[in-house]
Amino acid sequence: MPEWVIETHNLTRHFGALVAVHGLNLQIARGEVFGFLGPNGAGKTTTVRLLNGVLNPTAGEIRVLGMDPIAQGPAVRRRTGVLTESPALYEPLSARENLLIFGELYDVPPDVLRRRVDELLEMFELTARADDKVAGYSKGMKQRLALARALIHAPDILFLDEPTAGLDPEAARQVTELIEHLSQEEGRTIFLCTHNLVEAERLCDRVGVIHRGELIAVGTPEELARRIWHGHGIVVRLGRPLPAEALASLKRLEGVAQVEVENSDLHILLDQEHRTPAVVRALVEAGAEIYAVRPREHSLEDIYFQLQANARGGSA
Amino acid sequence: MNTRAVRAVARKDLRIALRNKGVVLPIIIVPLIMMILMPALMIFLPIYLEPMETGEELRREMGAFFANMPAELYNLFAGLNDQQTWVVVASMFMFAPFFLIIPVMVSSVIGADSFAGEKERKTLEALLYTPITSAELFIGKVLAAFLPAMVVSWACFVLYTVVVNAAGLMVLGRMFFPNLAWIVLILWVVPAAAALGIGVIVLVSAKAKSFQDAYQMSGLVVIPIILLLFGQMGGILYFSTPTVALIGLAIWAVDAALLTLAVRTFGRGEIIARL
Repeated sequence: MPEWVIETHNLTRHFGALVAVHGLNLQIARGEVFGFLGPNGAGKTTTVRLLNGVLNPTAGEIRVLGMDPIAQGPAVRRRTGVLTESPALYEPLSARENLLIFGELYDVPPDVLRRRVDELLEMFELTARADDKVAGYSKGMKQRLALARALIHAPDILFLDEPTAGLDPEAARQVTELIEHLSQEEGRTIFLCTHNLVEAERLCDRVGVIHRGELIAVGTPEELARRIWHGHGIVVRLGRPLPAEALASLKRLEGVAQVEVENSDLHILLDQEHRTPAVVRALVEAGAEIYAVRPREHSLEDIYFQLQANARGGSA
Repeated sequence: MNTRAVRAVARKDLRIALRNKGVVLPIIIVPLIMMILMPALMIFLPIYLEPMETGEELRREMGAFFANMPAELYNLFAGLNDQQTWVVVASMFMFAPFFLIIPVMVSSVIGADSFAGEKERKTLEALLYTPITSAELFIGKVLAAFLPAMVVSWACFVLYTVVVNAAGLMVLGRMFFPNLAWIVLILWVVPAAAALGIGVIVLVSAKAKSFQDAYQMSGLVVIPIILLLFGQMGGILYFSTPTVALIGLAIWAVDAALLTLAVRTFGRGEIIARL
């Protein structure tokens, strides 16, 4: 049984008539990178605020690191770090000053703080400009500094709200690599709010998809794909096209739900994975020239759009 | 109470405010003009321009001012000629209400940068995610505005004392400043006025969109102070020790009410809702 560092039960927040988050049930394990996916306005930022005790819920329960953020907000926030959607840095101050102030707010002991600031500046490649005003930094540098600031107190859980939004591809890749490092080398739990699906696919162990304040799916991308597309998909790459009668007899095979031809590839949907050898054998017997057989993988993007479409269908 | 966090907030707000020209210029220029240059001109010029007369003529010209003056204040002028009367009237009475403008102005201009400016620059959210409590954050920001207001006001007072006593030495042959009423003003009323500027600016900042907005709206605080000035010249209210003490008490009462309201606008949920 994993150690849950974030748990919510039926978490709900209304703003007047607007339901920002509704009946959210989440469990996030220590060390996990959890992607929280949804369009703008779906309730991602509200959820981060609720989990950090910055906003009180209308209903439901929250446990973060075993504590209740409503009653123990400061104690929770001492062990969480948040990268807000806009970097919210003090632009008239230098990078070093920004980090020192936040270190003091997190009550990092003075001697540890000096060292930590130097380390973070080094790690985020800001040492050379550490004493320049932040106002003159590029967007990517500001975002790296904001990320360094969220880490000043070595938090157990790191909340990242759209960490690469508005960055150019180079800067975005740098930030993504840093997040990867924080998760893999430092083992931090990361709660990543994003609508960048490529980034989520690269970084996340599990994802949750939120739609109009409701969590419509949670799991690893593979689990979600299986839940959406029942059965097991394979892709067979052929050297030359399959004759029509061979294709027809393939469709009649037991356990074959669907066959689609795409250029020189056959996309076959099976009811179960163990049908694969029989299908390959049948193809070989029919004279097919097989170059490769691989399981069909659904990108997180396919999964996400399918889930959003299903949700829209359900709520319409 | 985490005093280190409170100090960190106060220090950073002050550091940022002092890098904003819109904050620094009024803090330097207004006190210089109002408390050094104007008093120096108004007190010294008549000494050189007016011929030596008995005190009677000036007292007649400022009829309303002297007409209702309580005896213990009137005694200050016994046996003084016009020049001497003028120096005492100007330095003891005329500039006292002005002196309240300084703490209000300094605390509200820094307060506007710290409360409304921080909102305008959208840096408040990151602060809300730190362990600092709303009360600590509030106190830190209040101190960032209050302490400089006191420093500037008291520095002005020291310089003003020098200017006024220089005139005193020339005309009266002695140093006569400050009296008890002024000491009460400086120690009791000036801090109240600084707090008044902050109370108003916090409430205004909850609605204002920018530093400029907040600072302009808070300018209205100066009106009651100008009323005090006219009240005195019109012979309705004099800056005697008991009156000064009462004015202080009244301002502190208003401060208490304003700050109670201000704290209510400063919960995490309330701030987030306005971001």
